[in-house]
Amino acid sequence: MTMLEVKNLHVSVGDREILKGLTLTVKPGEVAAIMGPNGTGKSTLSYVISGREGYEINEGEVLLDGENILDLEPHERAAKGVFLAFQYPVEIPGVGTMTFLKAAMNAQRRARGEEELATPDFMKCVKDASAKLGVSQEMLKRPLNSGFSGGEKKRMDILQMALLQPRLGILDETDSGLDIDALRVVSEGVNSLRAPDRAFLVITHYQRLLDYIKPDTVHVMAQGIIQRSGGPELALELEKHGYQDYLSEEAA
Amino acid sequence: MAALKETVSVVESIDVDAYKYGFSTDIESEKAPKGLNEDIVRYISAKKNEPAWLTQWRLDAYKRWLTMTEPNWARVHYPSVDYQDLYYYAAPKSTPGPKSLDDVDPELLRTYEKLGIPLREQEILAGVETRRVAVDAVFDSVSVATTFKEELGRAGVIFCPISEAVQTHPELVKKYLGSVVPVTDNFYATLNSAVFSDGSFVYIPKGVRCPMELSTYFRINEQKTGQFERTLIIADEGSYVSYLEGCTAPKRDENQLHAAVVELVALDDAEIKYSTVQNWYPGDSEGRGGIYNFVTKRGDCRGRNSHISWTQVETGSAITWKYPSCILRGEGSQGEFYSIAVSNGYQQVDSGTKMLHLGKNTKSRIISKGISAGRSQNTYRGQVSAHRKADGARNFTQCDSLLIGQDCGAHTVPYIESKNPSAQFEHEATTSKISEDQLFYAMQRGLPAEEATALIVNGFVRDVLQQLPMEFAVEAQKLISISLEGSVG
Repeated sequence: MTMLEVKNLHVSVGDREILKGLTLTVKPGEVAAIMGPNGTGKSTLSYVISGREGYEINEGEVLLDGENILDLEPHERAAKGVFLAFQYPVEIPGVGTMTFLKAAMNAQRRARGEEELATPDFMKCVKDASAKLGVSQEMLKRPLNSGFSGGEKKRMDILQMALLQPRLGILDETDSGLDIDALRVVSEGVNSLRAPDRAFLVITHYQRLLDYIKPDTVHVMAQGIIQRSGGPELALELEKHGYQDYLSEEAA
Repeated sequence: MAALKETVSVVESIDVDAYKYGFSTDIESEKAPKGLNEDIVRYISAKKNEPAWLTQWRLDAYKRWLTMTEPNWARVHYPSVDYQDLYYYAAPKSTPGPKSLDDVDPELLRTYEKLGIPLREQEILAGVETRRVAVDAVFDSVSVATTFKEELGRAGVIFCPISEAVQTHPELVKKYLGSVVPVTDNFYATLNSAVFSDGSFVYIPKGVRCPMELSTYFRINEQKTGQFERTLIIADEGSYVSYLEGCTAPKRDENQLHAAVVELVALDDAEIKYSTVQNWYPGDSEGRGGIYNFVTKRGDCRGRNSHISWTQVETGSAITWKYPSCILRGEGSQGEFYSIAVSNGYQQVDSGTKMLHLGKNTKSRIISKGISAGRSQNTYRGQVSAHRKADGARNFTQCDSLLIGQDCGAHTVPYIESKNPSAQFEHEATTSKISEDQLFYAMQRGLPAEEATALIVNGFVRDVLQQLPMEFAVEAQKLISISLEGSVG
């Protein structure tokens, strides 16, 4: 059984083809790492799965639990359990963090035909989750991500993931801009969310993050496709030899 | 950029049917003949049974008006108005001054019910935890009902149609009418002075804190009818009043004219808080119809340490030309202007304020939030000036504009003038777009595009919404989302 299935995905932006027939499967409970050099289409993959506009899909499918989600709006995919932790979480001035969290949770619940959360229950969810992630009450009182440091923004993203309980969590270069302490907190947050019915796609440039979040599978992405797949040992090999092999192969 | 492209296409097919107050009421009305001349002015004055001085006041205004031309400095464009093709007086036929609500045409009461405005006091009283609001309802040219008059009367507060105040408190009306906005002030104000029909009159006696919010709801119903209401609020020494104004109109293909005058007078240590939720019909998706809203609103901080605060949420009207202002005459007086102006479709807004610092140590604060969507144009125009004697005058101005889509415009036109070296004026302005990043971020968390936009916009206007009385803030927030419906993909 697979949870996420990307089949022969061709994507371009303008005249430039970025994904060139990418195929990838992720099982429930699996943590799959996508590693690759900069500019190889890793972020494009995360945006296409989560439904951002501006990408031309020329061929292929993205199936979540067997259903093609490419025609769905971003919020519909979110309600089905797709969550993207952003490389650069966005500031929304004037919008209270709690207001935003509640609106998001309830919008997803409505979309799934579930009842909205009562305020006391919501408060309790947030309190529990934020304590675990070291998100202070003071941070929750501010407008969303406004004036947050890089590390605070990432923690806020992971807090949202903890609250929204997705089926598939995509971490797009979550380690970029994090110092070692922040990295540890964020990783622990992700690890605590690992579950048999939840999968993660961990996109990263460096092995470093994978010391904290242990992947089940590692996929090397270069030139718009998955070049090689293997177990955790593949990440260590990459750390030693770099991506040179995959780039030169392509060039040849 | 795809989201923006889609935004534009959605905006092109915008559904202005979102305007839920667009129904009209089938009611027999009595109208003056079309057009404007001395006889019409006399007719209106006679209908109201006015004293001779007021008739003469109107006639003087009319003569003055004939010599004036429409102002054209605002950033709004519209075909010229044929002032002879309008009705200047329309009154629901069955109400020659209703004695109680039972005398009011049930059709009218249903109209206000549909608008969600409670006219029956017991209904208001029955509401749990609802703060009580006294209401004056103005339908076309006449006031149809005023609630809580008795209870207000016990506090010494006078709250009634201005036509009634002319009869019952002529000395107050004569003393203050035209004392803030002179008959000669501007084209529209002068026209209003000649033909004003009805509006609210408020007097708060010395040292009285008005026991409830006062509010007036204006409704234009008749076709080809101009509405020229006149509101006069006087806060005597040490008194306080909060006043709310709401406006709606049916959908009509032709443009309708609304030229109101509002005058506020605050004496020593008095405070007036004036809030408006303006939701006149904005016109349809092609820019057909809608209200021309040419309004003169001005407050005079006449006394020491007096305080006038204007808060407005402007979402309606095809054209808005409106600058609620404060004359800061009394020493230590304060003026405030908080504004949210939302424009969509083909709406044109030219709005702002004037803070005229005349007295010593006068303070003013301006927070303006303009939101433009569709093909609308939204201009903030504001004047801050300190006169020679205004030692220690201070102003803070913040103007923020938010653009949604690519075919709209936001403009900021500040006029700052200081003749006193000790005056301190600050002006901050920003223009931003709802970014695709913000929209995608919110949608990725599960919010549909419209809800995401509403949330971002509400964040943008938060500082101003906080200034509104609670019930109005909730209403205003909803109104803003409705006005922007269809503006995102």
